Amino acid sequence: MTTTASRRDTLDLTAPRVYVPPASHKVSSGFFGFLKYLTLVVACFVTVLPLFAIFMTSFKTRQEYATTGPLDPPSNWFNFANYVTAFTRGNMALGFLNTSIVMVLSLVGTILIGTMTAYAIDRFDFRFKKVVVALFLIATLVPGVTTQVATFQIVAGLGLFNSLWALVVLNLGTDIIAIYIFIQFMQSIPKEVDEAAMLDGANRFTIYWRVILPLLKPAIATVVIVKGIAIYNEFYLPYLYAPNPQLGVISTSLFRFQGPFGSQWEVISAGALIVIIPTLVLFLFLQKFIYNGFTQGATK
Amino acid sequence: MTQTTGTPGGIAPTAPPLDAVEASGKAPRRGIRQSKWTPYFFVAAALILLITFTYVPAANLIWYSFTDWDGIDKTKDFVGFDSYAEIFTDPEIFRVFFVSLYYIAASFVQMALALYFATLLSFSTRFRNLFKGILFFPFLINGVAIGLMFLYFFQPGGTLDALLKGVGAGGLTTQWLGNPDAVNVSLAATSVWRYTGLNFVLFLGAIQSIPSQLYEAAELDGANRFQQFRFIIVPGIKRIISLSFILAISGSLAVFEIPFIMTGGANGSATFVIETIQRAFTFRQVGVASAMAVVLLIIVLVITFIQRRIAPDKEVELS
Repeated sequence: MTTTASRRDTLDLTAPRVYVPPASHKVSSGFFGFLKYLTLVVACFVTVLPLFAIFMTSFKTRQEYATTGPLDPPSNWFNFANYVTAFTRGNMALGFLNTSIVMVLSLVGTILIGTMTAYAIDRFDFRFKKVVVALFLIATLVPGVTTQVATFQIVAGLGLFNSLWALVVLNLGTDIIAIYIFIQFMQSIPKEVDEAAMLDGANRFTIYWRVILPLLKPAIATVVIVKGIAIYNEFYLPYLYAPNPQLGVISTSLFRFQGPFGSQWEVISAGALIVIIPTLVLFLFLQKFIYNGFTQGATK
Repeated sequence: MTQTTGTPGGIAPTAPPLDAVEASGKAPRRGIRQSKWTPYFFVAAALILLITFTYVPAANLIWYSFTDWDGIDKTKDFVGFDSYAEIFTDPEIFRVFFVSLYYIAASFVQMALALYFATLLSFSTRFRNLFKGILFFPFLINGVAIGLMFLYFFQPGGTLDALLKGVGAGGLTTQWLGNPDAVNVSLAATSVWRYTGLNFVLFLGAIQSIPSQLYEAAELDGANRFQQFRFIIVPGIKRIISLSFILAISGSLAVFEIPFIMTGGANGSATFVIETIQRAFTFRQVGVASAMAVVLLIIVLVITFIQRRIAPDKEVELS
């Protein structure tokens, strides 16, 4: 669209260019077009097949599971008995509750700590700023899972082993991507906003709380989505630091299905789907935000 | 950077008072009620957490790696480089490096698939959002759910076997997770299933940020789709490809969740991280486990350093 304006001098060229898109459509409706849609359909089939198989299995009865194959549809698509079994006997209500507690505390903490840090780094000049920034950057390179060997001793030493607080604190302490997203966004808020507030007599804390934090809402939304999904899916931290079944989060509750339900795949499938469905619903409603969030978060 | 924000104009009303404040001396320039401790107040919480849960453990890791500590004992005996020597001589440990090769190979497949589909969907496509959504969704799914789902997929008589039988290739079936020759391929394939979507969306975003005039100009010049890919798309997304490669390779070394949930490291599927965790928490060899963690850390740092050298990252300007 913008090209028409910039090329106004070569007016005769614009006419054929209008007809270029149809020409390229012709290409994609030929053999290559067929190949293109074929590969897309195959990829989607490969992506969906494992999900669809457990979806069908989750509606089968014990008897039916034993006698039918994974690709045979269930006789009754409305047989929710396995979902009930999974949810009640698998302690999934408790899992969702614990996950929610950890998520709310971690998100509130991450937002406060992350925005405060971003505010200090973006809006102040202080002596050890370079050192602080370097510490955060280098920390992104440390692979989290392996350092748990030593982190475990610290968490145990603080008396946090077997508590949900261990998860909250570790979620806060390892979050550099959130800080990065906040800094990027804060750079787009003009400094004049701070300065105007300062002239009105606001101190730095008031500026942070009353001016900067409200303006950061879009960045906060991004962090809530990206970090929220990460916390919901977190498996290793709860597995290691909160082994008590009473503290089971959704991942560890589902992980424990393997024992008691043994080869009851119809129940395990229902359990897995109970965990997947909230993610799917969220994805359907917030697609655009999720794509943007991960694009921002992952490229660091 | 900090000084230029005022210049683009449009905010003229605030400019004169600002100059007045700046002119009135050095101290007020930074803020009227600000002591030099204010910024430290704002970074304190993050810094304390960062040091407590990243740097202290990293330092302890190095220290433990030179001892024979079991994780409980009050005393730790200094053993020098013994643990490091064990990593490179104990075939049990050294073997896990080879397991990483499967995941590195898988990450090449993953990149190629992601790039292919990102390129396809960057051109006008019917049901584009549907395809994009389906390909991306696996990345969002809980790892335990993925693990269980693929246990079912790969189990004898499971989804994959049923599919193979359905298309008349039943002879190909094997113990996908029990056969040591197949297990790592199965697990690496699961990993590709899980992570391709993220790379795909990152690549697609990068391709779509290439100005459309470039394609239009290329089409005018008679460039075909492949030439557009080679001379417009590839140079335009070089940076994100190089970054993804580094993340994929260091990720391949640090693979943990999928094999841990699906096989627990059995049948020769233990990865470097699974081996480390088992040494530390099952066999109580914190010294050896720490040395392994340090080795992994060094490898990741070296890879990152090489990447920064090959493709300098222009966008890292936090300060």
